Amino acid sequence: MNARLAEILSLTLEHLWLVLIAIGVAALVAIPGAVALTRRAGLRSAMLGLASVLQTIPSLALFGFLLPLPFIGGIGRHTAIIALCLYALLPILRNTLVGILGVDPAVRESAVAMGMTPSQILWQVELPLAVPAILAGLRIATVATIGTATVAAAIGAGGLGVFIFRGIATVDTATVLAGAVPAAVLALAADGGLEWIEKRLSPA
Amino acid sequence: MIIFTLSERSAACHNNLMSATVLEIRDLSCRIGERWVLRSIELEAREGETIVLLGRSGCGKTTLLKCVNRLVQPAGGEIRIQGRLSSDWDPIQLRRRIGYVIQDGGLFPHWTVAANVGLVPRLDHWPPEQVEARVRQLLERVGLPPAEFAHRYPRQLSGGQKQRVGIARALAADPPLLLLDEPFAALDPITRYELQMQFAELRAGVGKTALFVTHDVREALLLATRIVLLKDGMIELMASPSEFLEARTSEARAFLASLNSGDKAPADTAELGQSRVGQAE
Repeated sequence: MNARLAEILSLTLEHLWLVLIAIGVAALVAIPGAVALTRRAGLRSAMLGLASVLQTIPSLALFGFLLPLPFIGGIGRHTAIIALCLYALLPILRNTLVGILGVDPAVRESAVAMGMTPSQILWQVELPLAVPAILAGLRIATVATIGTATVAAAIGAGGLGVFIFRGIATVDTATVLAGAVPAAVLALAADGGLEWIEKRLSPA
Repeated sequence: MIIFTLSERSAACHNNLMSATVLEIRDLSCRIGERWVLRSIELEAREGETIVLLGRSGCGKTTLLKCVNRLVQPAGGEIRIQGRLSSDWDPIQLRRRIGYVIQDGGLFPHWTVAANVGLVPRLDHWPPEQVEARVRQLLERVGLPPAEFAHRYPRQLSGGQKQRVGIARALAADPPLLLLDEPFAALDPITRYELQMQFAELRAGVGKTALFVTHDVREALLLATRIVLLKDGMIELMASPSEFLEARTSEARAFLASLNSGDKAPADTAELGQSRVGQAE
């Protein structure tokens, strides 16, 4: 029993790790990317379209596509992280864009008229006002990634999916639940925690 | 560069004869898409003057205001601020020397009143204690006790209080020129009147030049040292408030007719406008 508990714990941590790295990398790409896209209306719909298309690829298929690719593909964790990142891009990208473009035009105009430079406007006005939207995007992406990451066990990335695949293979419901329940708890905890942070950091 | 110095000197000479010209607009035109919104605008504002740009919606008055602080790029003509061509100014520096107040305040919702008011001094790297002292002084001056209001957020203020903060913010770095775009239009009549009176008082105290956009003829009569009536992007009439009351152009008559159609208040305002002009002379 204790060995089982220890395995659940270690796979949960592994799962969490996969998700954190994937979300971290996706945020580092998507937030600056969204800021750049607010300055280039022409590129905006093309990039959002691309991110949407990525999102429509079934996760198992995406893992399959990535496997044979040199450098980024192959069995193991990094392939899974790349796939999870691609899925997380869209919600973060779109929410950051919505947050920045949604700043009251009167506020932006007075920022310009007061003599703020474009970078001062970005850092002191646009980004702080977009924080709730950006955090909402991170929250959606995190919750979704926690679910999708269970599939990553199929390509040897570890995590709670290991229990689920093992349980399916041996037709053992208890083992499936040993993976599914902690994953659900993680998702709920992430959702609640990020919502709390979102409320704390909301500017107005 | 040489032309520049000469024009500055000529402005200085001017100075000896009368108060300095703060703003000079020559043959200004502006186009949005294919439509000309401003044509052959000629305007001069001397120190301490309040020039009210009066006109219907869409007559180009807001665009004219935005040409001055380069929020809008004119198609032709020139604007000089303190003798210097606006296109020669660095736009960031130029805007920090021009106060700007808009209809709904445009306050930053995530900053306190104190942070909003202290914005331009902070951008100009004033030492923090000096910014704080300036913020207190200005809040006092616009009738918002700092102890009570400095730490509030804009959402905790009434419409009138927001506009007071907007005016304090515009005055913060002591700019020689103020641009006001219908600052009181969204307020209830009583608050509007209070703020108008306070603005008149404030202006007398600080001696700023102001360009004030409104579609409210009462407000124009009350606050203007000169009224500039705009129609379809052109100046139809330029007059002192007392001259404006006697004006014969159709657009001026149309605006004055709106005065007489009201109840008692308009007549009061008109008298006020005249008596104030009387005092100025």
